[in-house]
Amino acid sequence: MSSNKKYWKSVEELNENSSIVETLRQNEFVNEIPTDEFLGDKDTLESTSTTRRDFLKYVGFSTAAASLAACEGPVKKSIPYVVQPTEIIPGVANYYATTIADGFDFASVLVKTREGRPIKIENNAIAPANGNANARVNASVLGLYDSLRVQGPRKGENPISWSEFDKETTEKLTELKGTGKEIVLLTQTFASPSTSKLISEFKEKYGNVRHVVYDAISESAALDAYQAKYGERGLANYNFAKAMTIVSVGADFLGDWQGGGFDSGYSKNRVPDHGKMSRHIQFESNLSLTGANADKRIPLTPTQQKVALAKLHSYVVGGSVAGSLPENIEDAVKKAASQLKKAGSNAVVVTGIQDVNAQTVVLEINEALNSKAFDSKTPIKTRQGSDKAVAQLVTDMKAGKVGAIIMSGVNPMYTLPNAADFAEGLSKTELSIAFSMKVDESSSLTQYLAAAPHYLESWGDVEIKKGHYALTQPTIRPLFDTRQFQDALLKWTENDQSYHDYIKDAWGTTILGGSSFNKALHDGVYVGTIDTEVESTAEVIEDTPTSTPFGNAARTLATSANSDGLELTLYTKTGMGNGQQANNPWLQEFPDPITRTSWDNYLTISKADADALGLVNNHVANGALNGSYANVSVNGVTITAPVLIQPGQAKGSVGLSFGYGRTAGLKEEMQTGVNAYALYQGFNNVQNVTIEAASGEHEFASVQLHNTLMGRGDIVKETTLEIFNTKDKKYWNAIPVVSLNHEETPVTSPEVDLWDEFDRSIGHHFNLSVDLNACTGCGACVIACHAENNVPVVGKTEVRRSRDMHWLRIDRYYSSETSFEGDNEKKDNISGLGSSLSEFGEMENASENPQVAFQPVMCQHCNHAPCETVCPVAATSHGRQGQNHMAYNRCVGTRYCANNCPYKVRRFNWFLYNGNDEFDYHMNDDLGRMVLNPDVVVRSRGVMEKCSMCIQMTQKTILDAKRDGRQIKDGEFQTACSAACSNGAMTFGDINDKDSKVAKLKEDNRMYHLLESVGTKPNVQYQTKVRNTTEA
Amino acid sequence: MRKVIHRKLSTNFLRLSLVFLLAFTTALSAQEGDPAKGKSLFNANCAACHKLDKKMTGPALRNVEARLADEQGLDRDWLYAWIRNSAGVIKSGDAYANKIYNEYAGAAMTAFPQLSDDDLNNILAYTAEVKEDPAPIAGAEVAGAQDAGASGGISNELILGALAILFILLAAGLYLVNKTLRRFADAQGIELPEASKRTPLWKAFVQNQFLMLVVSIFFLLASAYFVYGYFMQIGVDQGYEPVQPIHYSHKIHAGDNGIDCKYCHSSARVSKHSGIPSLNVCMNCHKSIYEYNGETTPEYSKEFYDGEIKKLYAAVGWDDAEQRYTGETQPVKWIRIHNLPDFAYFNHSQHVTVAGVECQTCHGPVEEMEVMYQHAPLTMGWCINCHRETKVDVKDNAYYEKIHEELSKKYGVDELTAAQMGGLECGKCHY
Repeated sequence: MSSNKKYWKSVEELNENSSIVETLRQNEFVNEIPTDEFLGDKDTLESTSTTRRDFLKYVGFSTAAASLAACEGPVKKSIPYVVQPTEIIPGVANYYATTIADGFDFASVLVKTREGRPIKIENNAIAPANGNANARVNASVLGLYDSLRVQGPRKGENPISWSEFDKETTEKLTELKGTGKEIVLLTQTFASPSTSKLISEFKEKYGNVRHVVYDAISESAALDAYQAKYGERGLANYNFAKAMTIVSVGADFLGDWQGGGFDSGYSKNRVPDHGKMSRHIQFESNLSLTGANADKRIPLTPTQQKVALAKLHSYVVGGSVAGSLPENIEDAVKKAASQLKKAGSNAVVVTGIQDVNAQTVVLEINEALNSKAFDSKTPIKTRQGSDKAVAQLVTDMKAGKVGAIIMSGVNPMYTLPNAADFAEGLSKTELSIAFSMKVDESSSLTQYLAAAPHYLESWGDVEIKKGHYALTQPTIRPLFDTRQFQDALLKWTENDQSYHDYIKDAWGTTILGGSSFNKALHDGVYVGTIDTEVESTAEVIEDTPTSTPFGNAARTLATSANSDGLELTLYTKTGMGNGQQANNPWLQEFPDPITRTSWDNYLTISKADADALGLVNNHVANGALNGSYANVSVNGVTITAPVLIQPGQAKGSVGLSFGYGRTAGLKEEMQTGVNAYALYQGFNNVQNVTIEAASGEHEFASVQLHNTLMGRGDIVKETTLEIFNTKDKKYWNAIPVVSLNHEETPVTSPEVDLWDEFDRSIGHHFNLSVDLNACTGCGACVIACHAENNVPVVGKTEVRRSRDMHWLRIDRYYSSETSFEGDNEKKDNISGLGSSLSEFGEMENASENPQVAFQPVMCQHCNHAPCETVCPVAATSHGRQGQNHMAYNRCVGTRYCANNCPYKVRRFNWFLYNGNDEFDYHMNDDLGRMVLNPDVVVRSRGVMEKCSMCIQMTQKTILDAKRDGRQIKDGEFQTACSAACSNGAMTFGDINDKDSKVAKLKEDNRMYHLLESVGTKPNVQYQTKVRNTTEA
Repeated sequence: MRKVIHRKLSTNFLRLSLVFLLAFTTALSAQEGDPAKGKSLFNANCAACHKLDKKMTGPALRNVEARLADEQGLDRDWLYAWIRNSAGVIKSGDAYANKIYNEYAGAAMTAFPQLSDDDLNNILAYTAEVKEDPAPIAGAEVAGAQDAGASGGISNELILGALAILFILLAAGLYLVNKTLRRFADAQGIELPEASKRTPLWKAFVQNQFLMLVVSIFFLLASAYFVYGYFMQIGVDQGYEPVQPIHYSHKIHAGDNGIDCKYCHSSARVSKHSGIPSLNVCMNCHKSIYEYNGETTPEYSKEFYDGEIKKLYAAVGWDDAEQRYTGETQPVKWIRIHNLPDFAYFNHSQHVTVAGVECQTCHGPVEEMEVMYQHAPLTMGWCINCHRETKVDVKDNAYYEKIHEELSKKYGVDELTAAQMGGLECGKCHY
């Protein structure tokens, strides 16, 4: 009997007279097959001397030759050192403590080197005060092996030698000394005591020297506010580990707010301990990483933020302010204020509003609260720039007052909104030098390009926080003929010392106070015991702050808040930051934790505003996301950006991230997105904009196309603190049941198991625990996994085809009701077909202000793994230690395992990414391949790959213990992700060691397994997310 | 001429001492010394830095006493003082002492206060011996050996050749006899019975379909066997014996001289790689060993080995005449013999340090290899076999205590094999 079923391919088929359907019916290939390209050129084809028979002969011969050649093994050379350095043993990793200080990211890190090559960045556990390695810092090691780095100094286009460079520049500088023209040093924030000393020596020698510190993304307002209040240029330090109530007004403090690095402290109080956890209220416009982690999030426009903050001040500190807010926001502010007051010194308020009054208000509130988390004694020194000084410099340059400009660590032609003015000013200088690793937007315009080393090839010192010093040391001999800015300063001041000796001397006299320099170098950090004031060179000229707060900051703040139309908030993405690592394919492919979109920046807009403006997002045939373009105009500057509709975006506000749209010094593939700095007028991250729809459709590379959880509580389990404290585990973390003889039996029970249990009680049994409360979604683990496991980058078009290779992903879910709880209720109350169709449909759309959940997902290493049973060649099998092994050389690429995996964690290797011109992501050239981990095989194409639970690391730990003849202590076993997680969200260890942390977590009430109901018995556990929704 | 007189004198004295025996022996030899005793003393104390005829860390010492007396006018007492405490002599401002000290870049000579006058006399007697020229004797020996070897080879071939000729003669003889008999029969009119015309054997064979089937199946199976065998040996380089840029003989180093493998391949103890020793390791010994004095064969003569040592000096940038490094180095591009595929992880320290496996277990009789070659097939089956058979060495290793106790109970054995410890799991070597 033939079937009468008819399968619809599209709605178009419903239309009987559709011309499209008719055309397609006759045409098997939708796209024209490009035969013309090949056969079109008749002349060439006819004139060729190769006949068909010759052609076949060539084919036959080359095939035979290739197959014969394949039988012969290649001769491999092995070249040992002539004199082997004592610290290097081939095959054994060395670790060096160093510090990244690129002007945007500052952190003490450990660098893993193999055979003298740095291959991975890790956290320096003994330097918790100095920040931790975020995704960008983890990825920075790849920047060392960037083939586009400048390989030596240049004059214009032509390479010159350093001696010529020294001669010519010194002559010019000396010449300028006599004239009235200024010599300007335009630098990033170094926060370096020795560099400050060097610059003052340079000033002494050349006289008319001005040092301008320029932060591409300004924290000037906060610096000014702090300086006005405490008399020192710095940023107030916050330790969120001491805060039980956190109110943030527009501060993305889990992101890059005020230099970042606050997340590990924050996470400490997010895990319920004895029934208590912190409460976090976030007022913001864009949905930030911080807002996504908040217990309560109130979307509001930047103008409303100012009023809200002013009101918060008046409720907590006293006084009255003008301005009105919508009722729900007003209510939220009142509640926040009462909770702050109730918590007293356990509360803290932070803001990201770039307004000196707003920043002053926050300092006042925290002082009034006597907040323990607020620390005004040890200011953060990693931002020191001044907007006014930079603006003044551009004016002076245009006026021709500047004779020489020497830049280091900055790229003003890219990051300045008035780059054209800067270019004009630059052309009027008599000497311009840029220290840069790339021929970027700025260094391509200067007379001299001084090739700068990567930080892993440099010396340096940093005062990250007052009294908290860190040292930078080279971990590899410079790859190219480079010289760092400080060494050049030494040359110009006719000092024969190397910068290393200079630092050593400087530290010996001022900082160390008798302690050992070598010890400090070994540790990478040194906490000062004597109060030394590091002379700040920039402030000497620019000692008046940009703007001083007015007497009553709150009142001024409230009255300054007025706006019409849409407001744009410029922000930084976790992956790209300020854009200096734009040529880093790991970061380009790193999906934004919120939008889950890679290789792009975009205008985030609320659904309501998008509808009003006629902007749409839609999915195309292969499931990928497309979106409209919009023209965004600020005071006459217009840029065209793609639009991404963002749940949680405050109505009346839009967002756009910095860091994209670079055009110089990048591989073509990395030239993605639009340059938001063009709109960064007056260094204000909030701008009034007009937006109109533009023609065209943008192709996004999103790795998660389904955004809502649809009430699937067995994926992300969550509950509220109240329920967690009062109800039984069965209520909020029930084990799913199945029917066995009409009796409900837990799926974990052996009676309902398809498989026989193996005895895993002997030896090690590894488990990874992921605490959804501590995880902020920052993504450091994703990049650490990249570096450790040689995970390839596939590029934008391949990501659009869902062929991304990340072994570890962080899923982000939105609720479609106001909370996930609401989703569950809605799903449970669905009855009947009609209701299910309409309501499931509704649940696919995220709420206007959704709850957000992050969930890192890697191979779950199921004890009863569905993938293992379907592999026809037994390429994937289970180890006694709990790991699901994958033998790549055995895999034939049927992909059955991926089909059978309920977690979608297996990645198929479609191409030979490590040797393919089409995938120009550093892995295909000799320089880029130097970053590969020699202990992990580089997979070839046609095989399935996935998380191995870093078996190379567990095996190494075991071997080290065997060699030493000792037992293994808890904490020794690590994976790349657990080691990279400074928030304590990932814990790895041996559950057969009953005293281990992970064994205890396994018995924790919050523990559940992903999709427990399918009975796979994973070795990755999750800890239920608990939200503190209690309104005090 | 002087030294000849000396020699004669010393022999005379020796004869005298033989006559006077015990009473005068010590006193007389105190004057001149015994070169045989001197040689052993020299080798024990001086040879690390001095050779008789070649400048090394210190100067060449042949006829040092005579040379000093002639050129510098220094007597034996000066030598006593110098040998027992050179630093003191230099300090005293002695001109020649300071000159020689500076000439050798301030390398201070070890003081030997323990050497008595007798000892020193013996040593000096040894240094005063006339240089021997052993070359012709060695050459003759080698030639003799060559002859012996060659004659052995020829005799075998001769026997075989003679046998072959014999067979050919026999065959020819039989054919001729047959032919002659037939001619006789013909001549005498005897009809020889004609062999009946049968189907030739091959035709019968072809016509028998069953046999054809069996044979073709046999051929197919046989060829499949050989094709399989061919494919299975692709990438298996057992016996791979490439010519290396420097002829390094493991036989001489590890065999004749008994140097421990891990002296040079030290990283095998702690790393996944056994490591090819860097050239500075070679120079630990070869700074003083500049020539080969062991057994030689026609193929590998002393000149050949000395040439190889010269190659080492060129690579490491060592000027043997001047006894200093020139700084011009040429790293040696060795050809790697043992190549595991990228997807197999192997760790030397696991096997060498933890398991205590002898290097020879996998690398074969290295100490007998003049040219290094790959001994084992290095296939997975070979690895697995060993893991199945090898007992884990758990003695005095706290890591194994618990797991071994529990596992051996589980499997009911006293000693676990590597396989029982999990050494057959895919992920232990493939990641």
